[in-house]
Amino acid sequence: MNTTDLVIDVTGITKLFGDKTVVNAIDLQVKRGEIYGFLGPNGSGKTTFIRMLCGLLTPDAGTGTCLGYDVRNQQPEIKRHVGYMTQRFSYYEDLSIRENLDFIARIYAVTDRASAVQNSLECLGLANRSHQLAGQLSGGWKQRLALAACLIHSPQLLLLDEPTAGVDPKARREFWDEIHRLAADGLTVLITTHYMDEAERCHRLAYIAYGNLLARGTLDEVLASARLTTWTVTGPALPALAENLRSRDGVEQVVAFGNTLHLSGRDPAKLAAAVATVRDSRYDWKQTRSTMEDVFISLMDQAKDNFK
Amino acid sequence: MNRFAFHRFWAIVLKEFIQMKRDRVTFAMMIGIPLMQLMLFGFAINSDPRHLPTAIRAADQGPFARTLVQALRTSDYFQIVHEAETETETQRLLQLGDVQFVINIPEDFSRKLLRGERPTVLVEADATDPAATGPALAAVNTLASSIFNRDLPGPLARLQAKAGPVDFRIHAHYNPENITQYNVVPGLMGVVLTLTMVVITALAITRERERGTMENLLATPVRPFEVMAGKILPYIAVGYIQVTLILVAARCLFGVPMVGSLPLLYAVALFFIAANLAMGITCSTLAKNQLQAVQMAVFFFLPSILLTGFMFPFRGMPEWAQAVGSCLPNTHFLRIVRGILLKGNGPLEIAPELWPLLLFLVVAMAVGLKRYRRTLD
Ligand SMILES: Nc1ncnc2c1ncn2[C@@H]1O[C@H](COP(=O)(O)OP(=O)(O)OP(=O)(O)O)[C@@H](O)[C@H]1O
Ligand SMILES: [Mg+2]
Repeated sequence: MNTTDLVIDVTGITKLFGDKTVVNAIDLQVKRGEIYGFLGPNGSGKTTFIRMLCGLLTPDAGTGTCLGYDVRNQQPEIKRHVGYMTQRFSYYEDLSIRENLDFIARIYAVTDRASAVQNSLECLGLANRSHQLAGQLSGGWKQRLALAACLIHSPQLLLLDEPTAGVDPKARREFWDEIHRLAADGLTVLITTHYMDEAERCHRLAYIAYGNLLARGTLDEVLASARLTTWTVTGPALPALAENLRSRDGVEQVVAFGNTLHLSGRDPAKLAAAVATVRDSRYDWKQTRSTMEDVFISLMDQAKDNFK
Repeated sequence: MNRFAFHRFWAIVLKEFIQMKRDRVTFAMMIGIPLMQLMLFGFAINSDPRHLPTAIRAADQGPFARTLVQALRTSDYFQIVHEAETETETQRLLQLGDVQFVINIPEDFSRKLLRGERPTVLVEADATDPAATGPALAAVNTLASSIFNRDLPGPLARLQAKAGPVDFRIHAHYNPENITQYNVVPGLMGVVLTLTMVVITALAITRERERGTMENLLATPVRPFEVMAGKILPYIAVGYIQVTLILVAARCLFGVPMVGSLPLLYAVALFFIAANLAMGITCSTLAKNQLQAVQMAVFFFLPSILLTGFMFPFRGMPEWAQAVGSCLPNTHFLRIVRGILLKGNGPLEIAPELWPLLLFLVVAMAVGLKRYRRTLD
């Protein structure tokens, strides 16, 4: 792998708030054109990490580059080429949609500003509502405006902090199609999300909990690294069965999905033993591939044990 | 590569203009505050109060006593609202605050006067507020020397008041009639600008931080000076609207003389407005939220009206207060405005007051820039 192809290349990035380590020695390499998913429970330090990448926070330790610029002292250059979408809507609510886009376009000195803004409005599907105040948009539309605004200066790297929170499924699909199109053209995207289906649409993933990077790689690599075994069961009186199973040794998760229960654990032998104790003809047991969600909840539980 | 970029500065200016236009209430306040202050200070405040309620206890009803009462009436300072009979009555009137003065004419007034024995007229004043009684008491003294001259003709002329050994001739320059408004209304310009300009920009950066828009602004390549200058420029326009409003009112409502050059005044006002805006922005970078920012602005505003010579004579203050006052831009601007409007000062005369303004502007801007946080740390 050629290092110049690394858009993000940081090692040991650490951030403390007071004496609390919020981001703990994280290494991350992201290649050009890659869609990199950043996952983790609430308060795990995702937003803090992204802010350090784009120069909004100074790391307390660690070094590295973003777009080839040093993250510690070349922040102005980084800001010029990065599109950052904040988790909380942070455009001007008392400006109209068009005025917001125009403001950003002026700040970045976008060439041919008028047509860039017009294009962006049309892509958004907001051309006929461009005079509406941003504050009057619904939550999902605000997200879409924010995405349009951080793309207007054609950045080389997109940092998206939960861009699809509160966005409807169709708009989310369109959004991901757009992200893939942009990535195919060489744009690099680092995106945080809590949606498992979105995690599956990323090229690579990193899982961070309580400031620590716990797993990374492609979807399959992350699934494999968790070494999780999962069983499903269908049949009568599932709530009672679930209660029964929850207390057994080796059973780490019991989750109801409609008419099936998912049973997961890291020790296959113990899990099989637990299944054997309740197995009878009324139930239909199957061993299946673990889902992302199973894996993430397992990682989260482990993290809690390790760091709390 | 990292220098001031006009396009970014201009983006901020346009944005601020739009936001100002949208925020109707704030805009109305910026016009309303000068109007209200003009009404309050221009019409309501008078440092030379007249027609003060007065009680007379005249034990002597002779012609000289009547002349004295008449003279008091025509002096404008006294309005006789009570004719009291006894001392208990007058004391009660003073105590209740029904009258400001009690004038006691003794029963032997006329007799003593004619004998040349200098009768005593006791003037009792409710002097809780020295500003209310001072001018009237001064007027009483000048009365005595002149009122009886007409009543004491011929052989009695020897009783007329004699001129003192020295003739003090008073020539009150610039405001000979001692009209309070001539002093207050031009002074209001500095006060109104200080109040509105500092408060409005004190909110400028804390508002961005509170609404979360700061995160976005910081993520763009915009530089601190571009933000500060971009936020200042639109309000300079507002400041000029206020200056014009006050000048028009000064001329049309209060008839304040304008001896000096108005263009010069407008030019100097730029530095004063900018100094206040920079001060506001600096408050804004120091405060954690909008409430704190406004509190800081008020903290700055109070000395700006009390210690600058707007409310009380500057030279009457103790040394330390004069020292504090000299650090405030309003002190210097008041002298400039009054100097230009009332005295016809030119550039040379105002120069000593101009450089402190510039110094303040530079210092406030520098502190603001230093304190402006480029990161969210
Ligand atoms: N400015 C700050 N000062 C102090 N602590 C902070 C600050 N910002 C974040 N934190 C703390 O840092 C931790 C990580 O916060 P962060 O916002 O990075 O989490 P996150 O992974 O983005 O969470 P979420 O999924 O809820 O967005 C949290 O415990 C939070 O309380
Ligand atoms: Mg977050």
